[in-house]
Amino acid sequence: MSTPSNLTAADQAANAAALSYPSPLKEFWQSFSANRGALIALIFFAALVLAAILAGVLAPHSPTEQYREHLLTPPAWVQGGSLQFLLGTDELGRDILSRLMHGARLSLMIGVVSVVLSMLPGIVLGLLAAFYPTWLGNGIMRAMDIMLALPSLLLAVAVVAVLGPGLVNTMLAIAIVSLPSYVRLARASAMTELNKDYVVASQLAGAGKLRLMFNTVLPNCMAPLIVQGTLGFSSAILDAAALGFLGLGAQPPLPEWGTMLASARDYIDSAWWVVTMPGLTILFTVIALNLLGDGLRDALDPKLKKLA
Amino acid sequence: MNFKMRNWVLGSAVALLAGTASAAGTLIYCSEGSPTGFDPSRQVTGTDFDASAETMFNRLVEFAPGSTQIRPGLAEKWEVSADNLTYTFTLRKGVKFHTTSYFKPTREFNADDVVFTFKRLTDKNFPFNKAAPSDFPYASDMAMDTNLVAIEKVDPYTVRMKLKAVDAAFLQNLAMSFASIHSAEYAEGLLKAGKAANINTQPIGTGPFVFRSFQKDANIRYDANKDFWRKGDVKLDKLIFAITPDASVRYQKLQKGECHVMAYPKPADLKAMQTNPKLNVPSQPAFNTGWLSYNVSRKPFDKLEVRQALDMAINKKAIIDAVFQGAAQPATNPMPPTQWSYNKTLKDAPMDVEKAKALLKKAGIAEGTEITLWAMPVQRPYNPNAKLMAEMIQNDWAKIGIKAKIVTYEWGEYIKRAKAGEHDTMLIGWTGDNGDPDNWLGVNLGCEAVGGNNYARWCNKEFDDLIVKGRSTTNQAERVKLYEKAQTIFKREVPWTTIAHSTVYQPMRKEVQGFKISPFGLNSFYGVSLK
Amino acid sequence: MLSFILRRIAVVIPTFLGVTLLAFALIHMIPGDPVLVMMGERQIDPEFYASALKRLGLDQPLYVQYWHYLLNLLHGDFGTSIVSNEPVIREFLTLFPATLELSLCAMIFACLLGLPAGMLAATRRGTIVDHVTMGSALTGYSMPIFWWGLILIMLFSVSLGWTPVSGRISLEYDIPPVTGFMLIDTLLSGEEGAFKSAAHHLILPAIVLGTIPMAVIARMTRSAMLEVLREDYIRTARAKGLSRGRIVIVHALRNALMPVVTVIGLQIGTLLAGAVLTETIFSWPGIGKWLIDSISRRDYPVVQGGILLIATMVISVNLLVDILYGVINPRIRHAR
Repeated sequence: MSTPSNLTAADQAANAAALSYPSPLKEFWQSFSANRGALIALIFFAALVLAAILAGVLAPHSPTEQYREHLLTPPAWVQGGSLQFLLGTDELGRDILSRLMHGARLSLMIGVVSVVLSMLPGIVLGLLAAFYPTWLGNGIMRAMDIMLALPSLLLAVAVVAVLGPGLVNTMLAIAIVSLPSYVRLARASAMTELNKDYVVASQLAGAGKLRLMFNTVLPNCMAPLIVQGTLGFSSAILDAAALGFLGLGAQPPLPEWGTMLASARDYIDSAWWVVTMPGLTILFTVIALNLLGDGLRDALDPKLKKLA
Repeated sequence: MNFKMRNWVLGSAVALLAGTASAAGTLIYCSEGSPTGFDPSRQVTGTDFDASAETMFNRLVEFAPGSTQIRPGLAEKWEVSADNLTYTFTLRKGVKFHTTSYFKPTREFNADDVVFTFKRLTDKNFPFNKAAPSDFPYASDMAMDTNLVAIEKVDPYTVRMKLKAVDAAFLQNLAMSFASIHSAEYAEGLLKAGKAANINTQPIGTGPFVFRSFQKDANIRYDANKDFWRKGDVKLDKLIFAITPDASVRYQKLQKGECHVMAYPKPADLKAMQTNPKLNVPSQPAFNTGWLSYNVSRKPFDKLEVRQALDMAINKKAIIDAVFQGAAQPATNPMPPTQWSYNKTLKDAPMDVEKAKALLKKAGIAEGTEITLWAMPVQRPYNPNAKLMAEMIQNDWAKIGIKAKIVTYEWGEYIKRAKAGEHDTMLIGWTGDNGDPDNWLGVNLGCEAVGGNNYARWCNKEFDDLIVKGRSTTNQAERVKLYEKAQTIFKREVPWTTIAHSTVYQPMRKEVQGFKISPFGLNSFYGVSLK
Repeated sequence: MLSFILRRIAVVIPTFLGVTLLAFALIHMIPGDPVLVMMGERQIDPEFYASALKRLGLDQPLYVQYWHYLLNLLHGDFGTSIVSNEPVIREFLTLFPATLELSLCAMIFACLLGLPAGMLAATRRGTIVDHVTMGSALTGYSMPIFWWGLILIMLFSVSLGWTPVSGRISLEYDIPPVTGFMLIDTLLSGEEGAFKSAAHHLILPAIVLGTIPMAVIARMTRSAMLEVLREDYIRTARAKGLSRGRIVIVHALRNALMPVVTVIGLQIGTLLAGAVLTETIFSWPGIGKWLIDSISRRDYPVVQGGILLIATMVISVNLLVDILYGVINPRIRHAR
C-alpha cells in the first residue's frame, strides 16, 4: 500500500507536534479494521484470491472436463445430488464449483489487467493535463468528455464489436472505457496539490517537471486513485460478466462467470443451480469489492467520507 | 428494503394479473428466428421459408400436407413428353394475388407470372435481376439455372418448360419453397418505380395468408386471405409469428398460452411437455441429417488424414445423449435410412483417439493447432442446440491436440459467410425437401453446389459423375445403385462427419386443430384452426 | 443568460465532433474491406464493387470521407442498415420510445423506492433499519442486472406464473403506434385489456432496470439527509417544537433534494447501459436489443449510427441539465 510516504515540511511540522503519532500504515489499519463490513469483505476477497490461485489444487475437477454421465446433476444437498459435485454440474456435465474457482482466476485477472491498463495511462494523462492545463490539458479532457458521452457498457460493446469477441479484447475494452475516470481523478487531485506550498517549494528547489510529477505530486494523489482502482475492479468484473453474458466476452470453454450464464436462460425451469451459482458468485464478489472500496476510502481519505 | 420491495412487487403483480385468453381465430406461432426477407426465390433456410413460401405463396405443384406426395397447386394438371424433357402445365383459373396497402392486383394469376418467376430464377440478364441483383442458391444448387432451358407461355393458362437433361425429380423440385410463384404485375410495377428490392420486404403471393407487418426480431403479422383459391383451407383470422430465439422462452410462452404452437422444443423439455395436460406433442420420424462440414478448400482440411482424424475423435454417442437426449439416431450417411437408396452397408470409423493422433502426426499437424468451429445460433430440426454440440466437439478435439474456437453469427449472416467459405469446420444439416436422393447428395455435395449449400466445398469428380448420372436416369433400380456407390465414396473421403438423424417434435396447445407436421421440416398453417 | 447558454453549447460542439470522429473511425477499424463490411456482400462482381466504392466515396482520402460523413449527418443521414435497407435514424426513432418508456418507468420505480428508503435510513441512523436498508442498497448497487432479470423471471414468470415471460405486450393486440409509448397507445386504441397487458409486461423489466438507480438514489438521499439534518436551521426547527415528520418532510427533504436530483440526472447513462442487458433478457424491442442484434448480424452501419445517436442523446441531456442548472442557480451561471 503506497500511502503518502513523502514527509513534507508540513507533515514534519505536524509530526514534531505529536511525537507519538502512529505510523501511517498503522493508522490506516486501525481506521480500516474499525469498519466491520470492510473487514468481512477483505476476508471474503482474500479467500477468493486464494481459491483462484490454488484453483489447480483445490478444485475437485478440471473446469473443462465433461462428465457425460452426469449431465445437470443438482448440488450435493439436493435430492439426486452427489458429493462428487458439490454445487452440481452444468448441461455438459462440468463441475460448477471447479468452474467457479477457475472462473475466479479469470475474473480477478480481468480486474487486475484492466485496472492496470487504464490506471497507468490514466495517471500519466491526468498529470499531463494538470501540468499543462492549456492546449494539451484541454485536448486530453475533451477527448475524455467524448468517451464519457457513451455509457461505459455501450462503449465496451462497441469496442468489442470492432475488435471481435474474446477475453483479451474484453479486458482491452474495459480498460478503454474506464480510462476517463482515472484521468479526471488524477488531474483533479494533482491540480489541488499543485497549489500547495510543498510543490512550490520543490519547484523552487529546482526539481524538474518529471520529478515534480511523479515523485512529488503523484504520491500525494494516490489515495483517491487507489479507492477508484478498487471500485474500478468491481465494475470491471461486472462489465466483463455482462459482455460474457451477451456472448461478446470470454468464449467457451473458458469458465468466465458471465459466459457461464450466457446459456443459463435455458435452465430457468429445470436446473436452477446452473442459473444461481455463477450469479451469486458475481454478486458476492462485487459486494465485497464495493465494501472494500468504501472501507479504503474512509480509511485513506476521511475528507471523501461525506461524499458517500 | 428487500422486504418492502417484495411486497410492492407482489401487490402490483397480483393487481395486474390478467387473463391470457386470445382473440378468436388468432393463432400465435413462436418461431425460432427472424427471416432475412420474404422473397422465397433467394432463400435457403426453413426459418425464411416458414415466413414466406409456406404462409404467403403457392407453387405450381405442392406437397400434400404432412406428406411427400405431390398434388396439383397453381397448375391444375400437367403432361410430360415421352423423352421426359418437356413439361406442359395447365394453370388454375380464378386465383387472385393478395391485395395490400402496397399493391392492388388488376388481373388474376396467369402464365405471365409463371414465366416471370422462372425467368428470374434462371436468367442472370433478366431485367428484374439487373435491378435487384440476387443469387438464387436453391435454383442453382439444383442445376435448374442450367437445365431449365426454355419457359414458354403457350396461352394465358398454359406454360411449357423444356429441360436440357432428364431430371427425375423435376416435379418434386417445383413443389419446393424456392419455386414459389411471384406476381409479374407487381414486379413490373416495382421495376418501374425503381423499387425492385422491395420484392424481398413487401411480398405479394397467392397463398393463404397476406403480409401485414414485420418487426425485426419481434413479430410478423399476417391476415387471412379471404379470397384463397382452395376454399376451406383458411380457418384463422390472423396469424402471428412471435420471434423467440430461445427454446426455453418459447416453451414458457406456450405453457402460459402466449403462443399456440412452438418451433423446435429443447429435447430436455420434451418429457415435461408430454405430461402437460394442456399440450399435444405430435412427433415425426427423422427426415433430416445433422452434420459437421470440413471446408476442404482450406488447409489443412484438404488432407484426407486430417478429416479422418477429426472424424474419429468425435464421440457421437455422447452427443446424441446430451444434445438430443436420445431422441435421435446416429447418422452414418448423408441421408436418413427412410430415404430410398440409403446404403445400409456403410459403417462409421470407430472412435479412436490414438489413431486420430497418429493420423494428425502423419499429416504434419502440430499439437495445439487452432481451427474454427462454427455453430449456428438457432435451433434446427437436425440440431436442437448447436452451441452445446460445438462445446462437446471442442472438448473431443482438445484430446487430440486440436484447439477449436467456436464461432457464431446471426443465422442469416452465418449462412452468407458459410457460402463464402469463411469457416474451417461448421455445424449444419439438412431436412429433405422433396424425397429424392439427389436432394441430399446433389444439393449438398455436388460440384454445382460449391458456393451454395455445399459447405464442405467438396468437389469430387468420381462422386459428381455418379450423381449427375443418377439425376438423368429415370429407372429407380439403376438410380439406387448409383447413389449407393456415391455414398461409399462419400464415406471414404469424409467431407463431413455425419452426426444424427433426429426425431421432430412439434409441441402445441390442445386447442390447435388440424396442424400437420411437414416431413420437410416446414411449418405451414393451411387448414389449421383453433377450438 | 443567452450568452451563458451559447457558451455551454460552444463547449459541447467539440465533444460532439469528437463523437462523430469516433463513430466514423469505428467502421474503418473493423478488419476487412470497408465495402464488403458496409455492403454486406461477398462474391460481388468487380464492376459492382467499383461502383459501390465510388458511391460510398471510399476511393477518396479519409479526411474527405469524414467531411462527407459530417455533411450527411447534418442532413439527418445516419447511414442505412445493410439488413433491412432502412435508414438507421428511422429504425432508431421507431424503437427509441420503447426504451424511453422502459427507462422512465424504471426511474419512477427507483425514485418511489429509493427516496423513502434513503430518508428512512437517515432518520433512523445507526439502527437496524438503517443497516438493512443500506445493506440492500449495496446489494442492489452491486447487482449483475442480467442475472437479476433471470432470477426474477425464474421466480415470478416461471414458478409463480404472475408476469409474462417476455415482450412488450401480448401479441393478440395490434396497437397502432401513435406516441410510441405502449401505455399511452393502448389507452388511445381503446382496446379492452390492452393497457393491462402492456403494464403487465412492463413490471419486471422496469424493476430490473431500476434496481441500480434505486440503490444509488437511496444512498445519495441518505447522505444528503444526514448532511441537512446536522444544519442549524433543523436544530432551530426542532427547538421550536415542530413535529419530527414535519421537519423531515418540509425542511430537510426540500434541501436534500438538490444533490439527489443531480444524481438522478446522472443516471441516464446507467439506464441506457442497463437497457442493453434488460432488453436482451426480456426481448424488449428497444434500442439496446437493436444494437446487440445488429452486432451479431454484423450490421455495422446500424452499430455506427446507433452509437452516435445514443451519444448525441447523452450529450444533449447533459447539456440540458447543465443549462437548467444555470437557469435555477445564478451562481453557476456567472462562475467561469
